[in-house]
Amino acid sequence: MPNRWTSLSRHLDIDRIMAASISPSADLSAALVHAPPTAAAWLVILPVAWCLAIGALLVMLRRPNGLHPTIAILGLAGLALIDGLLLKAVVENGPLTMVMGRWLPPFGIAFTADLTGALFAFTAALVALVAGVFSLTDINDSGRRYGFYPLLMLLMAGVSGAFLTGDIFNLYVWFEVLLISSFGLLVLGSEPEQIDGTVKYGFLNLVGTTLFLIATGYLYAVFGTLNMADIARKADVLRNSAPLVTLAGLFMLAFAMKAAAFPVNFWLSASYHTPRVVVSALFGGLLTKVGVYALVRVMVMLFPVEREELSFFLAVAGALTMIVGVLGALAQTDLRRILGYLIVSGIGVMLAGIAVGGPGGVGGAIFYALHSMLVMTGLYVASGIAMRLGASASIATLAGLYRRHAGFAALTLMLCFAVSGLPPFSGFWPKVMLVKAALDIGAWWLVAVFLLAGFLTTIVTGRLFLLAFWRDGTQAAGGAVSLSPTLLGPLAVLTGLTLLIGLYPEPLLAIIQRAAAGLAEPSAYVNSVFPEGGPR
Amino acid sequence: MEAWFALLVGIFFSVAVYLMLSKFIIRMLLGVAVLGNAVNLLIFTGGRLTRDVPPVIPEGADALAAPAANALPQALILTAIVISFSFFAFLLVLSWRAYSDLATDNTDEMRVAEPVDEPVPPLGY
Repeated sequence: MPNRWTSLSRHLDIDRIMAASISPSADLSAALVHAPPTAAAWLVILPVAWCLAIGALLVMLRRPNGLHPTIAILGLAGLALIDGLLLKAVVENGPLTMVMGRWLPPFGIAFTADLTGALFAFTAALVALVAGVFSLTDINDSGRRYGFYPLLMLLMAGVSGAFLTGDIFNLYVWFEVLLISSFGLLVLGSEPEQIDGTVKYGFLNLVGTTLFLIATGYLYAVFGTLNMADIARKADVLRNSAPLVTLAGLFMLAFAMKAAAFPVNFWLSASYHTPRVVVSALFGGLLTKVGVYALVRVMVMLFPVEREELSFFLAVAGALTMIVGVLGALAQTDLRRILGYLIVSGIGVMLAGIAVGGPGGVGGAIFYALHSMLVMTGLYVASGIAMRLGASASIATLAGLYRRHAGFAALTLMLCFAVSGLPPFSGFWPKVMLVKAALDIGAWWLVAVFLLAGFLTTIVTGRLFLLAFWRDGTQAAGGAVSLSPTLLGPLAVLTGLTLLIGLYPEPLLAIIQRAAAGLAEPSAYVNSVFPEGGPR
Repeated sequence: MEAWFALLVGIFFSVAVYLMLSKFIIRMLLGVAVLGNAVNLLIFTGGRLTRDVPPVIPEGADALAAPAANALPQALILTAIVISFSFFAFLLVLSWRAYSDLATDNTDEMRVAEPVDEPVPPLGY
């Protein structure tokens, strides 16, 4: 049917379009990046690519799987190294950007590492490395067969991607990547408790990420862009004509659900005590903090004016989260359920910090999140060791751990102090920053809640230590368990880091203050994505 | 056109929320499936609904003519469909496993991880 073809061809003007796309005179400089990416720019994308590659390698070596732990731990050490180099590069040269497929932003998906993202990514890699070493004694052959290590690497790909991406839809995709890997890790073992916990975790988290997707859809309809730097610079123009407060509120709800803030925190306490101990440790350290990071990124950098308007709700939610979390911890007897509620209480501190705002509030929230990543992982590891030594997970039956293993008891006591915010550990300084920032804006009631929650946390951890460690124990020990270096080493490293940050906080504090300043005034971030101004 | 779709999206959301508020897991699953489609329709509508102008950038211009439909939301939906489908598949298997292992599809009775009648934590030393 030649006639129809010519008419169609004329209608769509195919000849002209094809000629335009082939002809060498077509100007692509408006759409493509020409300069080849620098070596430092590759560091931005390398954490994700590295984790995916190692994960794929592990899947290929599924059987026999004897090499899995070695490869995974080397891979996590490599990830920590890459993230360390990235952090060093960002500290020295400011934010780094790499765009996918050389498309100019905002058309190409951009990965942008600023100080906040690089700090979170580096701490996450450290925590994962330590948890990987602990997994040597916690994951047996059946755990390896079910694919613990590939899922761990995929989880780290999702976490690193979420911290480093500069595109909000891409952030959603990384959320889903880490969510689906966390499902796999959570059911690993298929005990009835795990299935029960995963049902609640799965449904509620899916609703949370769907809320995030709804907000992202509206955001694109309003802004016409998904690039965070582009959104940050366009928000000022659109503020008068678009319902940005509603949009920010939707994002706030979605990320609060991911972060397990009251009243959308119940999935956490239903599931975090059910999987293998190392999985609890990883989740306690990483997952809720991704929600907090996303909240910081969106509320502080993209919608600062809207954060101001919503700050009262955020502050009330944070205060309630602190109190409800710590009261929940007081009501529990199971070690890991206590810790799950303590995570929730810590999330409240970070939310309140974001609500207070300013360099002190946001910096305090970031500092507290980094501290919480280290300390909560450490406490879960300690609970795993205590469960193995005492053959019980309940503080009603655990006893006499101090008499049998004084060194382990000392490390746990330090972590208990750290999570309660007592000096000289890492929890003290962010609390000081937050209390000062809240006093500066006159939010005395929030200060009272900070201090009350800290006091109640001290009671929770004090009771835990009193009953499980100091009480005279006559119960049968769980066999002759020797504390091998792979068991005690991870705990010692995390406690050491907490103590180091507590005693010598200045270097980290300086970086965090710069990170908070970079979020409040994101011109360096925007310049890194649009070096020549870019299309408006 | 957009107004009708907005109405449809609203109906989808209300059906999804109603189903997900059920305590029976199979209804929650149906709710999740409808919710995913509600969001996809929402994003689809957000990218303008029109067939009048082909989404081809005319020569000499940098952007689409104003009334053309935006193609990017449709690409976003493709991603979202794949993701929500895989999540639905996982939750379906998980629900079946929960039903066969816990012998109930009522989430009120799924109290293995958080037992109802727990002993009070030790009050004395």
